Amino acid sequence: MTLKPVVNDPQGLAVTQGLHALGYAEVMESRVGKQVQLRLSAADRGQAEARVDEMCQRLLCNGVIEDYRFRLDEEDG
Amino acid sequence: MSPAPLTPTASELRELALTEAEYRRALDLLGRAPNRLELGMLGALWSEHCSYKTSRPLLSRLGSTGPQVVVGPGENAGVVDLGGDLLCCFKIESHNHPSAIEPVQGAATGVGGILRDVFAMGARPVAILDALRFGDLGDASQRHRFAKVVEGVGFYGNCVGVPTVGGETYFDPAYAGNCLVNAMCVGLARRDQLLHAVARGVGNPVLLVGADTGRDGIHGATFASVQLDEQAEGRRPAVQVGNPFLEKCLLEACLELAGHPAVIGLQDCGAAGLTSSCAEMAQRGGVGIALDLDKVARRESGMTPYEVMLSESQERMVLVVERGRESEVRAVFDRWELRSDVIGKVIADPELRLSSAGEEVARLPLEVLVDGFMPRHPPRSRPAEVAARLEADPLALEPRWPLEESWLRLLASPNCGDTAWIYRQYDHQVGDDTVAGPGGDAAVLRLRGRPDGLALTVDGAHRSAVLDPRRGTQLAVAEALRNLACAGAEPLALTNCLNFGDPDQEEVMWQLDEAVAGLAEAARELGVPVVSGNVSLYNDLSGAGIPPTPVVGMVGRVEQVRRSPGAAFSRSGDLVYLLGPEGAELGGSELQRLAQGEVLGPPPALDLGLELRVARAVAAAVGGAIARSAHDSSLGGRAVTLAESCVAGGLGAEVELPSPGPGSPRGWWWGVLFGETSGRYLLSVDPGSEAELVGICRREGAPHRLVGTVGGEAISIRGVVSIPLAAAAAARAGSLEGPMAAALT
Amino acid sequence: MGLRCGIAVFPGTWSERDCAHAVELAGGEPVMLWHAERDLKGSDLVILPGGFAHGDYLRAGAIARFAPLMAAVEGHAAAGGPVLGICNGFQILCEAGLLPGALLRNSCLQFRCQSTHLRVETDASPFLSGLGVGRVLEIPISHGEGRYYAPPEQLAQLEAAGRVALRYCGPGGELGDAHNPNGSLHHIAGVLNAAGNVLGMMPHPERACEPLLGSADGLPLFQAALRQLARA
Repeated sequence: MTLKPVVNDPQGLAVTQGLHALGYAEVMESRVGKQVQLRLSAADRGQAEARVDEMCQRLLCNGVIEDYRFRLDEEDG
Repeated sequence: MSPAPLTPTASELRELALTEAEYRRALDLLGRAPNRLELGMLGALWSEHCSYKTSRPLLSRLGSTGPQVVVGPGENAGVVDLGGDLLCCFKIESHNHPSAIEPVQGAATGVGGILRDVFAMGARPVAILDALRFGDLGDASQRHRFAKVVEGVGFYGNCVGVPTVGGETYFDPAYAGNCLVNAMCVGLARRDQLLHAVARGVGNPVLLVGADTGRDGIHGATFASVQLDEQAEGRRPAVQVGNPFLEKCLLEACLELAGHPAVIGLQDCGAAGLTSSCAEMAQRGGVGIALDLDKVARRESGMTPYEVMLSESQERMVLVVERGRESEVRAVFDRWELRSDVIGKVIADPELRLSSAGEEVARLPLEVLVDGFMPRHPPRSRPAEVAARLEADPLALEPRWPLEESWLRLLASPNCGDTAWIYRQYDHQVGDDTVAGPGGDAAVLRLRGRPDGLALTVDGAHRSAVLDPRRGTQLAVAEALRNLACAGAEPLALTNCLNFGDPDQEEVMWQLDEAVAGLAEAARELGVPVVSGNVSLYNDLSGAGIPPTPVVGMVGRVEQVRRSPGAAFSRSGDLVYLLGPEGAELGGSELQRLAQGEVLGPPPALDLGLELRVARAVAAAVGGAIARSAHDSSLGGRAVTLAESCVAGGLGAEVELPSPGPGSPRGWWWGVLFGETSGRYLLSVDPGSEAELVGICRREGAPHRLVGTVGGEAISIRGVVSIPLAAAAAARAGSLEGPMAAALT
Repeated sequence: MGLRCGIAVFPGTWSERDCAHAVELAGGEPVMLWHAERDLKGSDLVILPGGFAHGDYLRAGAIARFAPLMAAVEGHAAAGGPVLGICNGFQILCEAGLLPGALLRNSCLQFRCQSTHLRVETDASPFLSGLGVGRVLEIPISHGEGRYYAPPEQLAQLEAAGRVALRYCGPGGELGDAHNPNGSLHHIAGVLNAAGNVLGMMPHPERACEPLLGSADGLPLFQAALRQLARA
């Protein structure tokens, strides 16, 4: 989950400045986001995707300010 | 008994912070070899952190009685009577080692711990104060540590919703390797809500409530009792992460239960976790406790009984409840969505008995576990180098900077300047009772529905304790008294945090011994009982110990709470009065330290009898609204005090100070302006109230002298030196803002 | 018996007692509303106070908005009942969609507890009626995430509709970045819903109800709403 590109991200700016101060002049921009790891069970991949997408929209992200993307990894068993 | 007893190796004993002699003592007292779990429990409870085996023999000298004292040292916090139905409960504690390892979480969990100590007594926390020490702000790593500690204190207090109303921060290269983070909490309880950390009534259930138990801070207690070394980085698992939200819920649930007839005892699960909380509760009640460790809710799988008993997971409390009424109590925790489990019961035999998977895994008599430690009396001696320092005569030295530059340098020093950079990150208003917040001499809280209020302060000896730990500690007590007096308050009681280095070094033990003696003397002479305290030893990164740092938190009562200008001059034409002793000296002053780069000379003069008389006069003048402003003189001396009152009020002033007599030393004026003689105050008074002020001073026997008037655009010592008000304001405003603007966030 | 002012209590709320005190000073009768219940207990007015509901760990207000109580608050608001969200309460109202926009981490990246000046921008709300447009109030803030944000179009609509209730300003009402403590867009400190009955604001008016505590400029907000309810 990251702030939308149009939303000012002072944390990201601070990271950029900090990296510049340490000599990493090549850094042009940084955006600070959040990561949530979920373990869940689902009948199939399609169902899992639909459910996670809904969770993102309803709770995990605020659509006014944040974008999200997710990746599903299958666990054995 | 299972698992089997073991014969520990020397390195295993070291890991548990036990000596060979202590192990032999355990064998003697138990009459058998302890198993690994039992040995771990003994190591934790016999550690300095839990047993105070080194400092306890000294602390008995402290006076802790008085008509106002309800609970003295030995419980979670001290309690004094505020009259009517109300009690005030408070304590200060250090979290130095954890903050050195991880400043945000170390500071945060320090606040969390002291809050629990107060609500464990059934008191609602109403104020936090902090005392912080760091190295020089010119050093980027110190700026980082400072910023992160402040963030941690704020993170926890702000989230729980307890205002951080005061504190003090001091920067000195001597703390570069060992930052100090002391947090004080003050709470209020109705008389019938006071709880004690005690287990009673055989068969009564023991509950563990709050957070699940994880592998946090195993050996934290022993960790705090050994020196930090360069490998401390690798011990990060010993760092605990605080959850202030959970603490807030725990606080509300526990306070709902304060005064509940089914609750027998409540105890915070702090250092050494379940081991110390259960052992201490049982010991106080003259009973034992049996625990079934399988009933302890765990955050991680595969935890051993050893890990369960020594976990220092935060935000947990232990309760003893009347048998048959568990469900009433658990319903309250359920409502706050908090876990509560019956994990054991009170037993008649005075021992801690643990079982897991149906087998007994440990059984230790409390007299061994709690009282079996070996009191230590390490040798002590006054270091020779102190004598050399004391002999120096800073007044005779060629002044390093002209008067004006000295003055402005002090005002721009982070130790004397504006502390808004810190306290604007702390919610200092939540609760709606903060009448005077941080940044002044003492914080003032009103008491709802009453005319009176509380005055709170925390003060440390910065430099003087290096020269003379006894005097230094007394100076800290005296400064606390002065800060209360400036709020118009009479002292009720004090709490103390003694931060020292490695007591196995003879000079450190001498410092500790002297400091406790000084605290005892000052508390007795000033009539302020010591009701709680904490000792933090081994602040000693790789052998570079800290200066002896006694910190005093004092609570006083203001008879009539009103809004006042505090230290600020508020009207042009008001008269400026100087109360307290005269004279010139520079030893152990901030200017002297800045100029010479080390602390030299005799420490500031202190006359405890005079201190008390002047404090009474000031408290009467402020309490009776006769003084328009009052400010105590300490760091930076009278010139800095004067400038602070001017800048706070946006008004200049002109004062006259006595001229040097013939044969005065070279640094006379520096000593007059920047010397830190104890017992001094600067008051401003309406000319119409002058006679009343003088009358109070005469009645109390307080030296007083009219020195000048408020007004103008300059701060001026007539005929000697003058600085523009704007320059003083700019110097003060930039003292922390300047260096911290450069800090990486 | 005064008008009933319901004060929502979520786990982690901490200014419910401060709000109750302010309500009493304004002549109302405070009643605590537990988040897990759907009952407003006959409240004429509802206050969502400050704090860190559910720890604000995911996003301020994100979890609290799903509390059963919030369904009742939404019903009350839809029926035109006055609702005041203060600090965390404002964040919850935004998450619940009762107010537009969102509150982001302060641009200074630090928590800020300090006095601020606020300019009253409209009187089209029960909480602001009679205060006087252009009046400057001194009310403290205490938050780490108070930077008001709304997408550009929405912001333009808010401005056009006169739904910006309060702006951070200087002591004389002047606007400028020096007076904006958190980087809020358009210096916004408080906004209204379309009908004006729901006000969300980051500053804490309940902390400014008595001269003893430094300011009494917050009290008129509570008084104005109670006065209007009494007339209705």
